[in-house]
Amino acid sequence: MLHQMIKIVGFSVLLQLLCSNTVYAQIKVFACEPEWAALARALGGHAVKVHSATTAQQDPHHIQARPSLIAKVRRADLLVCTGAELEVGWLPLLLRKSGNAKIQPNSPGYFMTADHITLLEKPVVLDRSLGDIHAAGNPHFHFDPHRMLQIAHALTARLTKINAKNSGLYQQKLLQFSEQWQQAILKWKKRTQVLRGKRIVVSHNSWVYLSQWLGLVKVATLEPKPGIPPSSRHLSKVLGQLKQKPADMILYADYQNNKSARWLSQRTEIISIGLPYSVADEESLIHWFDRLLDRLLPVES
Amino acid sequence: MRYLRPMIAVTTTLFYANSVLADNEMDTFKQQLNALQKDYEERIQMLNARLLKTEKNTQQVNTKVHQIDVKLKQKEFSPVISRAQNTFNPAISLILDGRYASFDNDPDDYKLPGFALGAESGLGEKGFTVGHTELVMSANIDDKFYGKMTIAIAEHEAEAEVELEEAFIQTQGLGNGLTVKAGRFFSEIGYQNVQHAHSWDFADAPLIYRGLFGNQLIDDGLQIIYVAPTDTFLQLGAEVLSGNRFPAGGQHNGAGAWTTFADIGGDIGIEHSWQLGLSYWQADDVVGRESGGHSHGNSAVEETPSFTGSSEINALDLVYKWSPNGNPRNKNFKFQFEYFDRKENGGVTMLNSGPPVETTSYDGHQKGWYVQVVYQFQSQWRAGLRHDQLNVNNTGSDADVLEEAGLSNEGHTAKRVSAMVEWLPSEFSRIRLQYNRDESYEKSDNQVFLQYTMSLGSHGAHQY
Repeated sequence: MLHQMIKIVGFSVLLQLLCSNTVYAQIKVFACEPEWAALARALGGHAVKVHSATTAQQDPHHIQARPSLIAKVRRADLLVCTGAELEVGWLPLLLRKSGNAKIQPNSPGYFMTADHITLLEKPVVLDRSLGDIHAAGNPHFHFDPHRMLQIAHALTARLTKINAKNSGLYQQKLLQFSEQWQQAILKWKKRTQVLRGKRIVVSHNSWVYLSQWLGLVKVATLEPKPGIPPSSRHLSKVLGQLKQKPADMILYADYQNNKSARWLSQRTEIISIGLPYSVADEESLIHWFDRLLDRLLPVES
Repeated sequence: MRYLRPMIAVTTTLFYANSVLADNEMDTFKQQLNALQKDYEERIQMLNARLLKTEKNTQQVNTKVHQIDVKLKQKEFSPVISRAQNTFNPAISLILDGRYASFDNDPDDYKLPGFALGAESGLGEKGFTVGHTELVMSANIDDKFYGKMTIAIAEHEAEAEVELEEAFIQTQGLGNGLTVKAGRFFSEIGYQNVQHAHSWDFADAPLIYRGLFGNQLIDDGLQIIYVAPTDTFLQLGAEVLSGNRFPAGGQHNGAGAWTTFADIGGDIGIEHSWQLGLSYWQADDVVGRESGGHSHGNSAVEETPSFTGSSEINALDLVYKWSPNGNPRNKNFKFQFEYFDRKENGGVTMLNSGPPVETTSYDGHQKGWYVQVVYQFQSQWRAGLRHDQLNVNNTGSDADVLEEAGLSNEGHTAKRVSAMVEWLPSEFSRIRLQYNRDESYEKSDNQVFLQYTMSLGSHGAHQY
């Protein structure tokens, strides 16, 4: 009975295969995180069709190789992911299960943004007692607009390589993007001058690049070790430290559990701020950065 | 430039004050003055333009300097290549597993009426024991192949046994959604079968897995999987297998067993995902499948049932998962259901029996299902419930021999209820407490496990 059913399913798939080859060819981009989806959309214009595997509400490290993701990778022409082991738990599995030759490591369709920039916090000692550390360095670099621009150049080169037919469009999109982006950087720099030297407490080590860019000073981390949820003992230690030498704000990502941040905020009267970890649906990168800085800045008024 | 306007003003006043001058002289002066004024205005405009240009240039230079500054800062850190899991070395991981088990009944008395159990299907020992220690190595062999090996080291009756659980190669990106695997691997039958014991949600396998496969169906052979280019995940696959491992048996020239399977799955919105699977396993020519020895108290020689005949299994599995915002990190829920149905036809002989050798024809029908739910209610805590149930209807020419072989259901429906709670200090460690109310056979058993499972080395895969 079962293999009859399987046969029926098989035939219907074959039929679909035969009928589906007439669709207009857009480059199908599978982005692991929404920021790369936004970048790909900005640089690819109408020549690309972008799908983001995760949303800004999801921790990109703790994703499972869901059936829907396998189906998406199966049909992708280009993979745009962070790399640096951020997706180590699920991306290799998706690649192996997809049976798709175009997006395997070292092929043009495999684009890891971490390969095109330098990373901060590359650990000297690799030991899990230090928490879930990334051997290649801190992978949360999408908070640095300068690195973003470097990645934009590399991604355009890759789009051109895959789809030379549209190279003119990609060049034009890059020019447009980098012009707007540089203007935005100048604007952001002016706006955030007041944030320089502010002391911050973070929940996870996700803000290294943001801190470096804005000149924020990290004084404490709520997670005792990367990836290990805050313990009450560690929190009271941080509390003691902050009572002695207060900080200006406590930062956490929107998707993270904000219980410990709120707890600490209540006891220290330091404002706790949830930051949008990445772009929302169809939002542009500039809009996201504006929104991010809006959340940081009211502290000043 | 700043002095120009006052100067002009002063000069003009001077001229007007000197009213003695003739009118036509005045006109000439006025003309000259106008010319002068015009000239100065032009110059002012020019200077203004140059100033604006300089300002713009300075701004551009500043931007450039800033960019170079950032680039320099970045250069201070050594460049990084993030490609491979461990560059050229295989990714190595070691799974350490140990448990404390407590049983009301003697675990050696364990049986599952209606099922001739395989070698590894017991309850394990009571007290403190080291469980499955697993050593896993895997790597991309080249751009075309991926390879993986898993060795399980377990102790049976004070002797360490090394078992080759998996040793396979697999194509990478063969194209058109095809993947071929060869070697020894976990069959894709059912849902849980492909998962290593350390990633199960309970300390022991579902009863139906224990009864049919001796916990897990592993065989040597070839597997081909096709993933359809559809929005909804659809995967079709088949395996040809040696068929000389439990629950098949005997040496075969070609394939001793084969499977086909189909899985569909997808997401519903952002928070829900599901997968439904159908699978089928068949071994036409099982020769001498021996079950784990039933010791007869007084006899020195074990009488071992041996099955010869054909066997087929139909299976259905359904998995559903939920997490708030699709972010399973802090909170998630998992529902899992599997159903198996096996039909067998042939004969059973009791080895080492008689004379005369005890034998019977055998027409077996075994069904079983389990359903389990696991809820992760905090980032470090999970709890789960499971219910198992079996249904056996075996017949044969000699009911006594069937009973001897453990194939009679003894008028009993095997059931088990399990509850567990887990503490997960990190992604790499887990401590689990599990309780089973086990009614596998007529004498009910209370079972308690306290188990640790830790993974060292390379990062594991987040399988669905």
